[in-house]
Amino acid sequence: MDKAMEDNRQWPLFEVFVRPRGGLDHKHVGSLHAADARMAIDHARDLYTRRQEGVSIWVVPSKDITASDPAETDSLFEPARDKIYRHPTFYEIPEEVKTL
Amino acid sequence: MSAMPFGRVEPAALFRYVLRLGDLSLVLGQRLGEWVGHSPALEEDLGLANIALDLIGQARLFLSYAGEVEAKGRGEDDLAFLRDQGEYLNATLAEQPNGDFGQTIVRQVLIDAFQLELYERMQTSTDERLAAIAAKSLKEVRYHLRYSSGWLVRLGDGTEESHVRAQTALDKLWPYTVELFAEDELDRAMAEGGIAPRLSEVQAAWSERIDAILAEATLKRPKDRPHSWHGKRGLHSEHLGYLLAEMQHLQRAHPGARW
Repeated sequence: MDKAMEDNRQWPLFEVFVRPRGGLDHKHVGSLHAADARMAIDHARDLYTRRQEGVSIWVVPSKDITASDPAETDSLFEPARDKIYRHPTFYEIPEEVKTL
Repeated sequence: MSAMPFGRVEPAALFRYVLRLGDLSLVLGQRLGEWVGHSPALEEDLGLANIALDLIGQARLFLSYAGEVEAKGRGEDDLAFLRDQGEYLNATLAEQPNGDFGQTIVRQVLIDAFQLELYERMQTSTDERLAAIAAKSLKEVRYHLRYSSGWLVRLGDGTEESHVRAQTALDKLWPYTVELFAEDELDRAMAEGGIAPRLSEVQAAWSERIDAILAEATLKRPKDRPHSWHGKRGLHSEHLGYLLAEMQHLQRAHPGARW
């Protein structure tokens, strides 16, 4: 039995990603509790695709996700703010190019 | 040209047979609905309710068709809400109480596997309507069995307590499975008319599937015993009356009520 479950009788948390019909990538849609990965897929199917929202599901144990520290937001993301040259907005797109 | 509009079977017989199919789904769906608000987890609440709604959806298709076959102007609602228990033709297993979660799961696995093997073979029924309902329902039932068998393995191969509870439920409900496959004259007429598969064929496939699930769940298959249940003929256990009383109350108290 998972230790977290023994501690508080609660199933571990999983993060759910769903790829929508016609979509190319899986998007995070929420989280749920499940005893194991297979149950997490079943729950995700029932909770997040009941209105045909998706054609593929990924589940990941939340504990396996390493997140950036909110306290470091400034040092992580601020330095990019004044580097506008990184955005490709200085190019002129020829009119012949329809889809870019 | 035969006067019988439904191939090689009598409309009255087909009517009763379609009721058997519809009532099995309806009664099981109603039972699962009782878990709503009481499940071990919010996620299971939704899972069980989803399955319940699938089953009630199947029942609607079957009962609507039964009403058309009968041709006395009865629709799905009349058949669902205004028949007494003696007119309900579901196998007795479906009406057995939820018990603990393990008992609900065991009942579900046994019936899911039955419906799966039945519908799979009914897709080629000479009755096009039944073939279509079977094809549609099969997709749902495959998921139901995935859900229920996943749980049975989890419980059977889980803690000592979950194992004991699952085995106890299996021992308790197993005797009712015999009725699912006990072929009577109605089943025989349907098989001979090409409407439904032979129950012996369904049983062989069911048995193999169940054995595999039980092995994974480390549960012991109980022995078959001669059965004394005849829900398929309208002779039910004491449990169905209470279920119908709750399900039918509104339509009985306020006939024709709509929302």
